[in-house]
Amino acid sequence: MKLLVCISKAPDTTAKIAFTDGNTKFDENGVQFIVNPYDEWYALVRALELTEANGGTVTTITVGTNSDDPTIRKALAIGATDAVRIDAVPKDAYYVANQIASYAKIHGYDIVMTGKETINYNGAQVGAMIAEILDQPFVSLATKLDLQENTATLERDVSGGVEIVEVSTPFVLSAAKGMSEQRIPNMRGIMAARTKPLQVIEPVASEELTSVVSYSMPDSKAACKYVDAENAEELIHLLHTEAKVI
Amino acid sequence: MSTDRFEAHDYYLMDELLTEEHKLIREAARAWVKKEVSPIIEDCFEKCDFPKHLLPGLGEIGAFGPYIPEEYGGAGLDQISYGLLMQELERCDSGLRSTASVQSSLVMYPIWKYGSEEQKKKFLPKLASGEWLGCFGLTEPDHGSNPGGMVTHFKDAGDHYVLNGAKMWISNSPISQVAVVWAKDESGRIHGLLVEQGMEGFTAPEMHGKHSLRASITGELIFDNVMVPKENLLPGRSGLGAPLSCLDSARYGIAWGAIGAAMDCYDSALRYAQERIQFDKPIASFQLIQKKLAEMVTEITKAQLLTHRLGTLRDEGRATSAQISMAKRNNVEMAINIAREARQIHGAMGITSEYSIMRHMANLESVITYEGTHDIHLLITGMDVTGIPAFS
Ligand SMILES: Cc1cc2nc3c(=O)[nH]c(=O)nc-3n(C[C@H](O)[C@H](O)[C@H](O)COP(=O)(O)OP(=O)(O)OC[C@H]3O[C@@H](n4cnc5c(N)ncnc54)[C@H](O)[C@@H]3O)c2cc1C
Repeated sequence: MKLLVCISKAPDTTAKIAFTDGNTKFDENGVQFIVNPYDEWYALVRALELTEANGGTVTTITVGTNSDDPTIRKALAIGATDAVRIDAVPKDAYYVANQIASYAKIHGYDIVMTGKETINYNGAQVGAMIAEILDQPFVSLATKLDLQENTATLERDVSGGVEIVEVSTPFVLSAAKGMSEQRIPNMRGIMAARTKPLQVIEPVASEELTSVVSYSMPDSKAACKYVDAENAEELIHLLHTEAKVI
Repeated sequence: MSTDRFEAHDYYLMDELLTEEHKLIREAARAWVKKEVSPIIEDCFEKCDFPKHLLPGLGEIGAFGPYIPEEYGGAGLDQISYGLLMQELERCDSGLRSTASVQSSLVMYPIWKYGSEEQKKKFLPKLASGEWLGCFGLTEPDHGSNPGGMVTHFKDAGDHYVLNGAKMWISNSPISQVAVVWAKDESGRIHGLLVEQGMEGFTAPEMHGKHSLRASITGELIFDNVMVPKENLLPGRSGLGAPLSCLDSARYGIAWGAIGAAMDCYDSALRYAQERIQFDKPIASFQLIQKKLAEMVTEITKAQLLTHRLGTLRDEGRATSAQISMAKRNNVEMAINIAREARQIHGAMGITSEYSIMRHMANLESVITYEGTHDIHLLITGMDVTGIPAFS
C-alpha cells in the first residue's frame, strides 16, 4: 500500500498575527510553526496506523520552501517513510493542488490524504482539487477510515448523524477530527528522521487562479458586560442597541 | 485536576541558539508531559505516589541517558538536548526530573564512563528504555555534605566482595533493579559497586514523611554482608572524584530543570495577574505585581543564558565543576524565589493544588539541598576564586 499525505505548516496557536506587503502577506517573522494539526493528528497518524497494520509506505508531500523543513522532519519523526518537498512558495489552492497532483500522477498512490483544512487559511480546497486533477473520487471531512483490500469505508459527520461511505482505491480524502489521535514523536523517531530521505524537487509550471487583495484583523474583543440575572430588560436593550444582534 | 495551560516565554530569543532537532526534542517532551503527567501529578504528589507506569514513556522521549551513545540504547545527543529534557520534566515536577536525572547522570553515566564493556551491555539498554530503574548511593546518615567521610566499605573475599554499611536519602532506591553504591575498600579508597536487587543481605526500605518531592520515591540502602560479584565493581575510576564527576552531570541537568520550574511559576503568575480583577482592574496593572513579574522574567532570562553557555562548554569538554556549581546554585535559588513570589501573586489560590506553584516551592526545598547544598556550592565558588577551601 502506498499512501501520500499532504503536510503543511501552520503558525502555532499562540503566535502573534501580523501582515506585511500592504496587508497582502502573513508576516512570518518570529512566528513558531507547527505541522498543521489536521494533517498531522488525523491524516498522517491514520496513514501510519494503516501501513503499520497492513504494510506499505507513507510519503509526505509539501509545497513550500526550506522554512517548511522542520515541520517535514517532525512528520518523519512521527513515522513517515520519506518526504517530498516541491520547492515553491504556495500561492493559492489550485497551485498547490496542481503541484501535488502532478507528483502523485507519476508515482501512483492508493490514497492521497490531506487534513480537512489548514488552521491558518481554512481554505479546505486542496484535497478536492487534487482529486479532480487526478480524476479520482474524493471524500471530504472523513472522521474514520478503514481499509479492506481495495475497498475503503469512511465515516463523515453529517447534520444529525453519521454518513458511511464506501469507495475503491485509488481515491483522495480530507481528514477531520476523530480519524486518529495525536502521536508524540519518540526519541527513536527523532533520531531516525535525521537520515530519512527528504527529496526536494522543482515545481511544474502552473498558473495561480486567485490572488489575495488584502488581509485584515478581526475587531478586538470588547470587554464582557455583566447584566444582572433579574434585569432582562437591560439585556434586551443592550443586545438590540449595542450588540445589534436582535 | 486543572488543565495545563503552560506557554513558554523566550524573552531573549534563546530559541535562535537551538537547532531544529533541539526544538523537536523539547516540543515532544513538552507534549508528552502535558498529555501523560500534568493530569496526574497533583494527585501523585498529594498521595505520595511514585508514577512508576511513566518509566517506559520517559524512556521513549529520551529522558534516560540521552547523551549515552546509541550502541548502548541512548540517543547520542548533546548536552543542550539533555538540558532541555530536564527543563521540560521539571517544568511539570522536580520529582519527575529527579527520577530522570538520577537514572541518566548518576546511574547510566558512571556505568558508561567507568563500567566494563559487559556492564555497559548488561545495564545501559534496559536503563535507557525505562525497563529498569537505578539509584545512586553516596549519602549516608552521618555523611551528607562530606561524602568523603563515608563508612560503607567492602572487603575482598577471594572470588567476591563483601559489602557492609548503609546509605540514606537515596532517590528511586526502593524500586531500583540496580544501585550504584560508593564504598571504601580496605585501604580506604572509594569505588563504585553495582548492587543488584535480590542480592542477599541487601534491602532498600522506603523513607516516609517527605513534604517535598512527594511524587519521587526515596529510600535507604542497607548492606548486611552483601556478596557482590567481582565483575560488579566499576573498573574505570576510583577515588572521590568518580562520584563527584557524576554529580557534575546531574547538577548541570538540575540547573536546566530549575529553569523549567521557574518558567511554570512565572507563566502561571503572569496569566493569573492578567485575569484576576481587584479594585476593578487586573492585578497585573499594579506596580508591585509588575515588579514581581518583571524581576521574574529577568532572572529566568539570565539563568537561561548562563545555562546555555554552560551547555556549550560541556559539549566542548571545557566546563569546570565550579562553573557547574555556580549554575546549580544560582538557578535553584532563582526558581525558589520565583515560586515564592508567584505564590503571592496567586493569593490564596496559590496555596491550593489547583495551581502547581506550591508543589514547585515545596519540591525546590529538596533541590536546593541535594546534589550539594546551596551553601556548599557557594563555598566551591569561594574556593575556586580564592584557592582556599573553607569546608573544614
Ligand atoms: C529528596 C532527596 C533526595 C536525595 N537523593 C539522593 C540520592 O539519590 N543519592 C544520594 O547519595 N543522596 C541523595 N540525597 C542526599 C543529599 O545529597 C544530601 O541531603 C545533601 O548532600 C546534604 O547532606 P545532609 O542532608 O546530610 O546535610 P548536612 O551535610 O548535614 O548539612 C546541613 C547543613 O549544614 C551545612 N553545612 C555542612 N557542611 C558545611 C560546611 N563545611 N560549611 C558550611 N556549611 C556546611 C549545609 O549547607 C546544610 O545547610 C537526597 C536528598 C533529598 C532531600
